[in-house]
Amino acid sequence: MGPDYKEGLEMAINIKDVEHAANLARLRFSEDQMEDFTKKFSGIIEYVEKLNEVDVEGVEPTYHILPLKNVLREDEVKPSIPREKVLMNAPEQYNGYFKLPKVIE
Amino acid sequence: MEIHNLTAHEIRDKLRKKEVSAREVTQTIFNRIEKVESKIEAFMGLSKERALKWADEVDRRMGEGLEMEDLAGIPMAIKDNICTEGITTTCSSKILQNFVPPYNATVMEKLYQSKGILVGKTNMDEFAMGSSTENSAFKKTKNPWNLERVPGGSSGGSAAAVAAGEAFFALGSDTGGSIRQPASFCGLVGLKPTYGLVSRYGLIAYASSLDQIGPLTKDVEDCALVLNAIAGHDKMDPTSAPYGKIDYKKALINDVFGMKIGIAKEYFGTGIDMDVKNALYNAVELLQSMGAVIEEVFMPHTQYALPAYYIIASSECSSNLARFDGVRYGHRAEQFEDFNDLFIKTRSEGFGEEVKRRIMLGTHGLSSGYYDAYYKKALKVRTLIKEDFHRAFEKFDVLISPTTPTSAFKLGKKTHDPLEMYMSDVCTVPVNIAGIPAISIPCGYKDGLPMGLQIMGKYFDESTILRVAYTFEQNTDFHKKRAELQP
Repeated sequence: MGPDYKEGLEMAINIKDVEHAANLARLRFSEDQMEDFTKKFSGIIEYVEKLNEVDVEGVEPTYHILPLKNVLREDEVKPSIPREKVLMNAPEQYNGYFKLPKVIE
Repeated sequence: MEIHNLTAHEIRDKLRKKEVSAREVTQTIFNRIEKVESKIEAFMGLSKERALKWADEVDRRMGEGLEMEDLAGIPMAIKDNICTEGITTTCSSKILQNFVPPYNATVMEKLYQSKGILVGKTNMDEFAMGSSTENSAFKKTKNPWNLERVPGGSSGGSAAAVAAGEAFFALGSDTGGSIRQPASFCGLVGLKPTYGLVSRYGLIAYASSLDQIGPLTKDVEDCALVLNAIAGHDKMDPTSAPYGKIDYKKALINDVFGMKIGIAKEYFGTGIDMDVKNALYNAVELLQSMGAVIEEVFMPHTQYALPAYYIIASSECSSNLARFDGVRYGHRAEQFEDFNDLFIKTRSEGFGEEVKRRIMLGTHGLSSGYYDAYYKKALKVRTLIKEDFHRAFEKFDVLISPTTPTSAFKLGKKTHDPLEMYMSDVCTVPVNIAGIPAISIPCGYKDGLPMGLQIMGKYFDESTILRVAYTFEQNTDFHKKRAELQP
């Protein structure tokens, strides 16, 4: 830990949790970034825990505002974006495919 | 008044009366940009050649006597998270620095059909995450009213462009206040429509259950014109409402007699500047003098809107931004050991600090063991906030509050503490949580800086909020002031 780290400071979240979330989110922080990030992050977690004050007994969650469900269309072929256009922003392409490092050994 | 200071409807009238051509108007705008843009830095990119070509096309059609839409020939600015085919769209992020969308957002198709003239794409907080436009990976936009101040965010570039006379109207997006707060800081009219009224197809998503595209304009009439052009059901957006759109020009009525307006004390807490409160009280007095009935209303869950918002928005954004992996578009790390490393390096290099922070917050809130305590809990609080509004709207036609606690703050003032920055959204965020429409209009000035009044309404009742806004505007002079930029 760097010299600015306050020993015994009660943080709403610890470095292990931050590392776990970073791993899931496919993000990496350098050591100096990690400390500052954890501090700010912890402050925010503490703030959002304000919701613990609210009694939500018997309350249904609202996932979406409008009462729309299963917005489907007929299974008819319609135009798609042409392949060349789709590949235009590809960092690497080959033979009409997106090119990537090997996944399966 | 100089051309660049006129409103869109005034330009429309001049074009129809043949007092000026679309080319002249467009050229004037680009001259203006040349003069002030280096000071304002509102734009990520400009489309001068294309704009002049389109202007000529509009002139040709008008010359043939063809009937044109209200926005025909009017130069407009578009926030850089709205996909424009063939034109770089970056979300002000390094991860999309060179991204050229292969398709147009639905709102762009609609504006092109109306023959609006695209001036350029505007700067924003990266991926719409921020309240000052300081989170842009590329540049800091300045407030035209005072170049040491922020224009607000995340649609700061769009607001600054309109306020500086670099476009007659702009589109922004609003997830927690990102149209209304910059409107308030820049002395403009900014509307967040009811969730689902305007298609999100082609809007690069931040929080899918909160995002909405909306207009930033110099007055309420212009706001109605732009809303007419962009609203409506879109089969490409499954969250788009198959109802609700009307002709918003019909809402421009100068009369609030008998209307019931609610004021919630929860929006006038200690964090709200005294000058902002006074401007609001003056506004209330004016509306009362015109026959509106003003009463207090209780919205007990208002204080929970901001924490609920940060959990919901960050959870949704952690999912939405998972697509930025260097595979199909955007930045890809040059050196990587394996597949996983590719993702980690690409995203760590490409995203800015605030974006990473919100992705992390969302990832944490959705992760196993925390999902119920954070995300699900926030969604239940959301229901309670929605119900507060339902109850209020049983009695009232609209609710009024400040848009922001203060006028525009100085650049760099809040960047050290994310929480302090988040607090600027305290009045705007409940609106997105509930999905209702809300508009911000100028209601006063403090030390030369604009202040905004927010009018909130029922679902799909943009008509009523436009009417109240129009009435207030037509009986005051705030909308006539223009930022005086030192040349």
